[in-house]
Amino acid sequence: MLLSSIDPALLLASLIVASTPILLAALGELVVERAGVLNLGVEGMMITGAICGFAMAVNSGSPVVGFVAAAAGGAVLALLFALLTQFALANQVASGLALTLFGLGLSSLIGQGYVGIKPPPTTRLDLPVLSDLPFVGRVLFSHDLMVYFALALVALVWALLKYSRAGLILRAVGENHEAAHALGYKVVRIRVLAILFGGACAGLGGAYLSLVRVPQWTEGMTSGGGWIALALVVFASWKVGRVLLGAWLFGGVSVLQLNLQAAGVAIPVEYLSMSPYLITILVLVIMSSDKSRAPGSLGRIFHASQ
Amino acid sequence: MTGDLLTVSGLTKAYPGVVANDAVSFAIREGEVHALLGENGAGKSTLVKMIYGLVKPDSGTMTLRGTPYAPPDPHAARLAGVAMVFQHFSLFDAMSVAENVALGMERPPALRDLAARIRAVSETYGLPLDPDRTVGDLSAGERQRVEIIRCLLQEPRLLIMDEPTSVLTPQEVDILFQTLRKLTGEGVAILYISHKLEEIRALCDHATILRQGRNVGTCTPRDTSARAMAEMMVGTTFAAPERAGRAKAGVVLEVSDLSVAAQGQFGTALHAISFAVQAGEVLGIGGVAGNGQDELLAALSGEMPVTAEAVRLKGMAIGQHGPGTRRAMGLLTAPEERLGHAAAPDMSLTENAILTGAARESLLNRGFLRWEAAEAFARRIITGFDVRTPGPGTAARALSGGNLQKFVIGREVLQRPEVLVVNQPTWGVDAAAAAAIRQALLDLATGGAAVICISQDLDELIEISDRFGALSEGRLSDIRPTQGLSVEEIGLMMGGAHGMEVAHV
Amino acid sequence: MLKLEKRPQPSRLWTWATPVLAVLITMLAGGALFAALGEDPVAAISTIFWQPLFGEFAFYYRPQLLIKGAPLVLIAIGLSLGFRAGIWNIGAEGQYIVGALAGAGVALAFYPAESALIFPLMILAGALGGWAWGMIPAVLKLRFGTNEILVSLMLVYVAEQLLAAMALGLMKNPEGRGFPGSRNLRQYDSAHNAELIAGTGMHWGVVAALIAVIFAYVLLSRHILGYHIRLAGQAPRAARFAGVRPARLVLFCLGTSGALAGLAGLFEVAGPAGQVSIDFNVGYGFTAIIVAFLGRLHPVGILLAGLLMALTYIGGELAQSNMGLPAAAIQLFQGMLLFFLLAVDLLTNYRVRLVTREVA
Repeated sequence: MLLSSIDPALLLASLIVASTPILLAALGELVVERAGVLNLGVEGMMITGAICGFAMAVNSGSPVVGFVAAAAGGAVLALLFALLTQFALANQVASGLALTLFGLGLSSLIGQGYVGIKPPPTTRLDLPVLSDLPFVGRVLFSHDLMVYFALALVALVWALLKYSRAGLILRAVGENHEAAHALGYKVVRIRVLAILFGGACAGLGGAYLSLVRVPQWTEGMTSGGGWIALALVVFASWKVGRVLLGAWLFGGVSVLQLNLQAAGVAIPVEYLSMSPYLITILVLVIMSSDKSRAPGSLGRIFHASQ
Repeated sequence: MTGDLLTVSGLTKAYPGVVANDAVSFAIREGEVHALLGENGAGKSTLVKMIYGLVKPDSGTMTLRGTPYAPPDPHAARLAGVAMVFQHFSLFDAMSVAENVALGMERPPALRDLAARIRAVSETYGLPLDPDRTVGDLSAGERQRVEIIRCLLQEPRLLIMDEPTSVLTPQEVDILFQTLRKLTGEGVAILYISHKLEEIRALCDHATILRQGRNVGTCTPRDTSARAMAEMMVGTTFAAPERAGRAKAGVVLEVSDLSVAAQGQFGTALHAISFAVQAGEVLGIGGVAGNGQDELLAALSGEMPVTAEAVRLKGMAIGQHGPGTRRAMGLLTAPEERLGHAAAPDMSLTENAILTGAARESLLNRGFLRWEAAEAFARRIITGFDVRTPGPGTAARALSGGNLQKFVIGREVLQRPEVLVVNQPTWGVDAAAAAAIRQALLDLATGGAAVICISQDLDELIEISDRFGALSEGRLSDIRPTQGLSVEEIGLMMGGAHGMEVAHV
Repeated sequence: MLKLEKRPQPSRLWTWATPVLAVLITMLAGGALFAALGEDPVAAISTIFWQPLFGEFAFYYRPQLLIKGAPLVLIAIGLSLGFRAGIWNIGAEGQYIVGALAGAGVALAFYPAESALIFPLMILAGALGGWAWGMIPAVLKLRFGTNEILVSLMLVYVAEQLLAAMALGLMKNPEGRGFPGSRNLRQYDSAHNAELIAGTGMHWGVVAALIAVIFAYVLLSRHILGYHIRLAGQAPRAARFAGVRPARLVLFCLGTSGALAGLAGLFEVAGPAGQVSIDFNVGYGFTAIIVAFLGRLHPVGILLAGLLMALTYIGGELAQSNMGLPAAAIQLFQGMLLFFLLAVDLLTNYRVRLVTREVA
């Protein structure tokens, strides 16, 4: 059958690559939501990171500089969101949408001069013995630096949230910001830091798309990836480990449908392209019946009444 | 131990439109239990928030053991040895006891060591607590224990307690007092805020009385009568509400075997609640917060659908109907939360009048709103219940607590209900408004309606109800005539100490 | 130090002043942006705002105001009802597409027959198509509690793929000589959404938009359903206490906004756009969100905001062709407008005070 033309090792390896941008963005958003803030601007931050990273990488010749710039770009955009929601007390849903529209416009503008250019390649890490292992070597140990960075970040965030004092305080702020404030914790400061972290992660995710996964700059290239990252956080019930699972699931679906398209399966291309979005809806439906795990203050405006 | 632990001189704090504290001065001695007395709105909360560093005073100074004391935030206060147990707990429902305690501490030890310390301290002071339990699952009394232990672990010199017994049954209050006496025996001073005079007389060495933001006097509670303290608190005396003899005229509302599962992660389930109310009667339902009051009100108002037979109005099963239908049939309710539940904060009083009055006051014409009629209705409420406000166009959030509560209750009373159910009708309301509201409820009953008053304020219930029952963990006790009930009996009806152990002191 | 003090009442003055203030600030910031891009800021701003209305070719551009404004207003009115109730329909773009596909589908099915019934049927189909697409997030929300923001948004991407599939497949013009896209409905008299008054840009979509504005105004200010919508958004617990059934609101708001967006799509595909093609949708569904907020979720405000947004589209195109200003700059400009509006909006509910350091 046509499916036999799909190589499983390659499929799994490309699954991990495909899941990395969403993983980074979702991880960042998870931290933000655990602090009690709903930032719908993930798509805007991702695409801003994509162009910042691309532009700086091309200008400097180094992909690492690109990634750093991407994180900075995402964080700056997130700062605008933080100003709106934490200081101007604006509605979080509308602010997130504003951020997305703004980010899409900004990135298109900056990206004007970068269409069609090839970025400097991000080297693939060749780990001495591990990369040569059959099957596992190709699937797990022949990736570029960012993949491992993303996985390490997942582990770090998980450990910090669960075991560190900073993680405890962040969770408390997200759970009940009134109580946290009464206990003397600086709710606004903690939320702003979380928002900046989320922006940096989303920026990195976007840059991964433009520098490694595609790699090229096109307007609107995130194609809803930021929204899927948001859905992932719900799917994960705000737990870090499940974000990883969800990212792999989504990566798998998108890679599979591309492979099916290439393998000439007799379904029109457009319907296959719909599948990641339909799966996301399905996932949301399944996970939404368990609403009770959302952080208690998620989405509510905090204003210390002095 | 003599010598002042904390002195407060000329502390003033003003907010737009109100002076919360006006040059207040007093002193607390080492190891004494000092009461801070006053009615709702007298300025007690603001004063202690300044002592605890949550609020900065506009002027005035404080000293702690002779050195100037001006905490910029609660962290500094805690480091200086001042701890506070709030009336509204600062707890995180989804987290464990140990995590909650850690969040309230400055430099907490590792969680495992902390758990051990929590167990030790809680045993010593007679407030046993399991560090691994989720706080959301605890009862109100147990949650208060978490707050207290959180404070005790910091080894404070001054412990501030804000209305601690409002969530406790009489038996639980005794246990708390034993704990507090042990603390003072160890030299810890306690600043005890309350408006419950008998408790203060039983527990406290000295009392400072606040009225309208000013210190109007100090006294030694043991040597002063409750009546004298009340008069200092309130400034005048109020006539107790009139309870005219009323003829009871047949059952209007009957609740049979009402059982509801817990709503949400931390709600309370209701178990087989049964009672009946007659026209002209006031039924009081007491109980400490968190034992099913909100759920009972929601089941009666129609916000929570129940089995049809569980609630019968004038013989008809209405359990499955929503609030709109029930209002049309004559069953009205007033929930506890004024802003956000009983009234929409950003809407005008006219719009809030429409909220529940649309049907019974004929404010609709084939779906279209009759604004003039709505405004007229709002005006009638304002005049009839002495609501102080510039006019019906004012937003609900601009009104003071007492005035808004008068509006909310008045709105229901003026709709001539056959049954009115109110939840905490006078919490957070100044004495004059509270008296007016209670009188309105009594007058309503005299006029032939059935009134159910759910309240934590036992004095209030004893004052206005003909019969009394208590909610405890979602179950209703037997209903007894109020005449002749003792505080001890009421406490037992409220569930006794809910299994709390006596202090090992 | 600046402190925020909550006002006892929402300020009536600022409710009307904030959009104006936001527009002015955006003009300043936009001017700075254009200066950074190397353009003369004053010339750019005047090209965008002044020229289309009063410039040399205004007679050509003014009708465009109605053409571009109509779908924006139509969609935004629908969105505003939901937003007021706290129901966030972000997928209007998708409902717009599906409405267009449904209406065009009906037209193409009847081709080449001519009848006065075809256009009304198309309108019905367009509304139903958008309504159905809006019902998906509604039903999922009611049945499973899924977040309508994410579902409606995912459906936008699905709808875009559907559009491509139709343009390249089922609806492709058999006489189109291999070019993608459907027949041009402008050449099909019974289906053409023609100008009602020549030279004004007024087509049936404009009429529909005006009707929608009036309908929304009456609903919100005079009808109990409008009251319930406002109540649900401001105080959900009070709404339940009042007897509002959340399910009804969700179905009504998502359904109505879907239907209105679908109608906008239909009028567009049968009129100004003319055919089903891959690049049929230009983002009206998203810009309408800005229009809704800029108009403060008020029908008359939306009417004005829609015209203003249309102006920025037209002016933007003008600036593109005359000054070489990139198209993305206009998108950025529109995003900035929403940003500043949200920031300035806090003045409605809070007073900003300058306080000196307090005595410890």
